[in-house]
Amino acid sequence: MASYQDITFSKAELARYDRHIIIPDFGLAAQQKLKAAKVLVIGSGGLGSPLLLYLAAAGVGTIGIVEFDVVDDSNLQRQVLFGKNDVGRAKAKAAKSRLQALNPHIKVQLHNTRLTSENALQIVKKYDVVADGTDNFPTRYLVNDACVLLGKTNVYASIFQFDGQVSVFNYRDADGVLGPNYRDLYPTPPPPGLVPSCAEGGVLGVLPGIVGSMQANEVIKVITGVGTPLNGRLFLFDALNFETRTFNIKRRADNPLNGDNPSITQLIDYEFFCGLKNPDEKPIKEITVETFLKWQALGEPYQLIDVREPNEYETANIGGLLLPLGTVTEHADQLRRDVKVVVHCRSGVRSAKAIRALEAQYGLDNLYNLKGGILAYQEQAQEV
Amino acid sequence: MATVIIPTPLRKFTNNTAKLNIEAGNVEEVLLDLSTNFPDLKKHLIDEKGEIRSFLNIFVGDDDIRDLALGKTPLSQETVVSIVPAIAGGLA
Repeated sequence: MASYQDITFSKAELARYDRHIIIPDFGLAAQQKLKAAKVLVIGSGGLGSPLLLYLAAAGVGTIGIVEFDVVDDSNLQRQVLFGKNDVGRAKAKAAKSRLQALNPHIKVQLHNTRLTSENALQIVKKYDVVADGTDNFPTRYLVNDACVLLGKTNVYASIFQFDGQVSVFNYRDADGVLGPNYRDLYPTPPPPGLVPSCAEGGVLGVLPGIVGSMQANEVIKVITGVGTPLNGRLFLFDALNFETRTFNIKRRADNPLNGDNPSITQLIDYEFFCGLKNPDEKPIKEITVETFLKWQALGEPYQLIDVREPNEYETANIGGLLLPLGTVTEHADQLRRDVKVVVHCRSGVRSAKAIRALEAQYGLDNLYNLKGGILAYQEQAQEV
Repeated sequence: MATVIIPTPLRKFTNNTAKLNIEAGNVEEVLLDLSTNFPDLKKHLIDEKGEIRSFLNIFVGDDDIRDLALGKTPLSQETVVSIVPAIAGGLA
């Protein structure tokens, strides 16, 4: 974060933020921190609306908005950032107009794009704190992973029908202790179709208004250091029965991002992770036995993995590290990241499966399937 | 009698009941009871191997059963068991 002590205010700004500045536990220093802060809000929909409005009103100096969609009339049941005249307009642009009209002293940066594994790190790294207001599981995991990899706090909220959840992920407290992140709470996403979406289940319009406002509150606390953010806690709000509950959540040793044995070091294919892609559609890298033999002759560094069963290995093997298909993803830490990894089985089918699973789960890009497997290798080797 | 809170997305399988009082000694027994009384709920709670669905969190009081004794986490009269699925709103 930019050094907040150097932040100055115009007379107009001091007058505007007066009610913040005069709160004894808040004061000018907190307002300076808000002005120095850069917050990225992902999604300017149901949650994004109150988030953006209240962060702009609070005087967050730089607000980034990631949003690719266009305003639809059905959004206006809850997305109070927009009006009738915005229908058909790009949400990002409409949001910026509205926010600058509310607070001309702040900077609003637009990222009129879908957040993907290709652009997430580039976008997120420019900001100090991220507020996730997205509407699907793949993006939830993408935002989480990008924040953990970049060391950014991820202020999380999600909603469904009458329920809301809020938490603050990947937060480092005053003692330097790192809190849990989304993967500690939900290590795997629900398979598609099992948990209904808002489009199928609907959402009470005011619910994201309430929950998104709480989210904005958490962002402000994270930036200013005032109060206690929802770090290590999951807050649940049941709007229907007006009940709330706060649960304790912890970091997990088996978190593949930042547990004891991290195996995810880059962004992965989140649609595939959430079961939204047909595994057969995904192309993998393949090499022929001829190429493999050439690599060996040239002294090309590589690691050879054999995904067959132990008894097959005993019968005949070509010196690969045995990691049977059934448990190969659990042993991903044994795969080298610094050289090409050639994966083989008997004929090339199981090894292809292994590669797809490893690529989907860990985002590895250095795996090569040995075409024809050990059968092809032995045939070629005999000809030599 | 532990009180079990059924999350909104799953209430359609429990005749729209949000809170149930279940006689059970531990979390495993609660899930068994729910699966028996609400067969349509079962597949949303446990997978084919009989294990708790990995995208569901179960809290006994304010703590995650993964920080307690998982399915064997004991329950008493005043215990509140909360089933909390992942939600993401919007799109599927």
